[in-house]
Amino acid sequence: MRVPLSWIRDFTPIEAEPAEVARALDHLGLEVEAVDEPGREIGGVVVARVVDVVPHPDADKLRLVDVDYGVGSTRVVCGAPNVVPGMLAPYAPSGARLPGGVTLEARRIRGVTSDGMLCSARELALGDDHAGILDLRGHGEASPAEGAGDDPEPGTDVVEVLGLDDTVFDLSITPNRPDAMSVVGVARDLAAHFGLPLDVPAARPDPAGAPTATTISVVVEAPERAPRFTARRLDVSIGPAPRWMARRLALAGMRPISNVVDVTNYVLLERGQPLHAFDLAHLAGRGLVVRRAAPGERITTLDGVERRLEADDLLVCDAERVPQAIAGIMGGADAEVRDTTTEILLEAAYFEPEGISRTSKRLGLRSESSARFERGVDPGGVLDASGRAAQLMQEVAGATVAPDPIDSYPAPVDRPRVTVRTDRVNALLGTDLPADRIPELLAPLEIEVEPDASGPPGRFVARPPTFRPDLEREIDIVEEVARRIGLDSIPRTLPPATRSGTGLSPRQRDRRTVVDALVGAGLAEAVTISLVSSEAVRAAGYAGGVVEAANPLRAEESVLRPLVGPGLLQAAARNAAHGLPDLALFEAGHVFRPPTPATEPLPDERDHVAVVVAGTRRRAPVEPDRPVDVYDAVDCLRVVTDALGLADVRLEPEGAPGFHSGRTAAVVVDGAVAGHVGEYAAATLAAFEMTGPAVGFELDLDALLAGARRDRSFRPLSRFPASAIDLAFVLDDAVAAAAIVGALTEVAGDLAEDVRCFDEFRSDALGPGRRSLAFALRLRAADRTLTDAEVGDVRAACIREVERRFGAELRG
Amino acid sequence: MDNSPELDALLARLDTGASRDRISAAADVAELEVVERDLLGRRSGAREVREAIKGLDPSERPVAGRALSSYEAGVREMLAERATALAAAAAAAGEADAAERLDLTLGGHGLNRGHHHLVTQVQRELEDIFVAMGYAVAEGPEVEDDWHNFEALNFPPGHPARAMQDTLYVKLGRPEQVMLRTHTSPVQIRVMQSQPPPIYCVMPGRTYRNETLDARHSPVFHQIEGLAVDRGITFGDLAGTIEAFTSAYFRTTVPTRLLPSFFPFTEPSAEFAVGCVFCEGSGCRVCSQTGWIELGGCGMVDPNVFAAVGIDPEEYSGFAFGFGLERMPMLRYGVNPIKTFFDGDIRFLSQY
Repeated sequence: MRVPLSWIRDFTPIEAEPAEVARALDHLGLEVEAVDEPGREIGGVVVARVVDVVPHPDADKLRLVDVDYGVGSTRVVCGAPNVVPGMLAPYAPSGARLPGGVTLEARRIRGVTSDGMLCSARELALGDDHAGILDLRGHGEASPAEGAGDDPEPGTDVVEVLGLDDTVFDLSITPNRPDAMSVVGVARDLAAHFGLPLDVPAARPDPAGAPTATTISVVVEAPERAPRFTARRLDVSIGPAPRWMARRLALAGMRPISNVVDVTNYVLLERGQPLHAFDLAHLAGRGLVVRRAAPGERITTLDGVERRLEADDLLVCDAERVPQAIAGIMGGADAEVRDTTTEILLEAAYFEPEGISRTSKRLGLRSESSARFERGVDPGGVLDASGRAAQLMQEVAGATVAPDPIDSYPAPVDRPRVTVRTDRVNALLGTDLPADRIPELLAPLEIEVEPDASGPPGRFVARPPTFRPDLEREIDIVEEVARRIGLDSIPRTLPPATRSGTGLSPRQRDRRTVVDALVGAGLAEAVTISLVSSEAVRAAGYAGGVVEAANPLRAEESVLRPLVGPGLLQAAARNAAHGLPDLALFEAGHVFRPPTPATEPLPDERDHVAVVVAGTRRRAPVEPDRPVDVYDAVDCLRVVTDALGLADVRLEPEGAPGFHSGRTAAVVVDGAVAGHVGEYAAATLAAFEMTGPAVGFELDLDALLAGARRDRSFRPLSRFPASAIDLAFVLDDAVAAAAIVGALTEVAGDLAEDVRCFDEFRSDALGPGRRSLAFALRLRAADRTLTDAEVGDVRAACIREVERRFGAELRG
Repeated sequence: MDNSPELDALLARLDTGASRDRISAAADVAELEVVERDLLGRRSGAREVREAIKGLDPSERPVAGRALSSYEAGVREMLAERATALAAAAAAAGEADAAERLDLTLGGHGLNRGHHHLVTQVQRELEDIFVAMGYAVAEGPEVEDDWHNFEALNFPPGHPARAMQDTLYVKLGRPEQVMLRTHTSPVQIRVMQSQPPPIYCVMPGRTYRNETLDARHSPVFHQIEGLAVDRGITFGDLAGTIEAFTSAYFRTTVPTRLLPSFFPFTEPSAEFAVGCVFCEGSGCRVCSQTGWIELGGCGMVDPNVFAAVGIDPEEYSGFAFGFGLERMPMLRYGVNPIKTFFDGDIRFLSQY
């Protein structure tokens, strides 16, 4: 909402500087988004009278114009066709400043020196009109009170003449303050803030002729949707609005159209009451019917668009029930006011806000009118606003106003009664206001206060005005008190209770541990959009159910990710496209699957952690570079499971969608699959337009965090020497190295300090499908040096067990 | 029995003293190697003696053999001593190290540090500040139902404030009943439903808008929300808390400003701003010449919200506040555009 300061001053005598007014507006909750001073960029441009116009000696389209600018006269070269002697024009002498940072200099045009220039509207940033020089005749008036315009004196500053010496506040009004979507509403808050009177004169049109109801019929069939509906008949003569009105509308951001339409807009801005003027000549049956639409009914609105309606929409129709307006939102083209209009019916109403909101939202049709109705206009102010418009039409459109407007208002809205407790106000704000202070604060907002004789001291009844639908409860009054005293005046404290918090939950700490472990392992944490395309999900090999967005703007963001991996692969591909194919990324975040059971209202939502390591491990020149391989992913996995101290994590060879079937394992935590680790399949990489190898994992983080943890009780450090056993076995490929390690660890029992596989070897001699694996055991007893015999026994037992369980042969 | 002349001649060639002189004279490892070859090598006197011993009378061979071994052992010991001495001298002079020089600027074996995402860094920083103030950290689902996301937060159906949120709905249940949460505030509802006051917690997490990812918009961004519900909580407590945590975060005492605003779930409501930490209020590009940086919204928990979760607003009062996490690093480091946070570009991730 754009509000000129001069307009505010019609209602309250604010003397404060614009910057102070802007600050006050902010502190009142009427957020100032911008402060415009339209005349700020214009300097030294004055009114000049055109004395003589002669042809340019060397150019057909140019003329030499002699001008008198009050304190002198000079000659300028001008190309505009509309310059005639006697005209008053804006004259910018050399040295004058124009919008866009232009400073004029005298210059020669086709051999004749032009001492400055005459300006078009566009050159003064007043509009797009560049066809001719702005004619200032009749621009002499500066306020509504002055009536028809005089001619300004030559030499007068055009900023003043054009009313550009004004400040316009561009306000962002919150949805709870429909009253502040008007100049009067803004003025009321400012008057309260500055302790100034607010004077909004009651509208007193001077009626003549037959009462409205004698020639006009109004039937409101849906009073629940139009609790108040008024209509007033006027004879008008259409023409342009006076300049002062057009200028204010322009400053407020509205385009002047014609005197009648401009008055309705003027009152909308001034009072916050939308009005609609119907051309009575085009209103069949000379009347209005307010009714709900029939499903499928159509109307072509003023913007030329045909709208299809539903039963929930409210229509203002002519007496023959033909739709003439979508109530409160936009008029129809049929009964639109036009140049030939001579008789109008002026509608002013209070429509039920939610209905307006629903229709406006469904049709995607918003207007200055709907924006006010959906927040709630003042049901008590409807007729006064209509009267104000009638009065202005008398002034600017030669209107004759019929007496006795029709007013359908079957259930008048009364001011609510809100009980307010002084101690409650102070308890919520942390203030110490005396009981008599609160009524003082509320009075300038026109909130009446009645003592509550029956109640305890400090209790009273507030009666908010009908233009403040947001004030219904005690808390609403508390907010008004806070606004009036200023939020920054409330003493700042901390909550009274000193508490000992318990810090992060174990789960939150564990999640940090997982992230920290991966960061420690050199990975970069990514945060990708959790909305992906179904193609990306499919490309990653995921074939399970997904949760879809109902109203996505584009396919790329239409599915809630069921896995984290696809987002990371997309990020890897983007990096590769930027020439950065080598990376190690991870992300921990929510994934979404259809509800289980399907009757659950919300999706199955859980935390996942995924890793993608791609391209080449850069180690040159110290060591050779190498492509990433699946063991890089296994390292990342181990880092996570070790950091959490999981007691039982096993890898079981098992394919997974999107992964290379021979190079993937299920990650089994406490016997249940928590995800997979492996190398991405060539087809997956191709689908993401990646070339190099990529490996990674995708794990259910919740399953990891729920996993049993290793026993953390202290194991004493033996002071006896260790013994080593090395064993090599020839085995079938199908036997996992981890299985042998497990068996050896089991056999060595308490003596096993460390068991690891240290060599893998294949050869023709071993034959296809077979390999040799070598294992190193470090044995140590807590209480003695192991004898050779003991070590030999363990060795023999290990060999027996591995041969028996895995069909292995000891390699000599 | 006297030695035979041959034996004496051989023993005379094993002159330990002369060998010691030569060894001592070796000035470096290379010279010492030459001396070693001369004294013990294939053409050395010692080797000739060993050969000659075979020509001695068998009764004299053991004597000669022992003498030779003793001599050789002595020489070896002296050589080793000298080598050690030369090595020590060389080390002192830095020569051997120079010979073993490696160019450390080549890099390493390729071990790299990782990177926490900036959003994680900011989130943890704020969580830690609030934990130190006695708050807990609460979480909730990112897909919410209408009741938690709107209705319980005092957004009645058809309320114009709903239009302020560009909601991305989910195809589940009845139309427009399930959505990606538009703010972290539904977690407030879940917390208040799950525990009685006193409640002091912050709720960080992802939030969603129906926007396309481009330079200025993102369908996903992060918020952190705070909630305190206790007996006697005042608006002054809210203002003081905002001042406390912003000063902790910016590591300096920053002025804070509250301006009245509107949110359905708080009343009185306010927008809070901090004095621009870049220009200290004198006006700069970051604060659009205003001297203030708008951070977020706050207010006293609306009695309707308490009613929705069954807390008696006459017994308890509370405040809530919330703001965007991405905004912090955008301000502090100038990260721009917002899309940068979500692209996973390694050049961005590895900057922090």
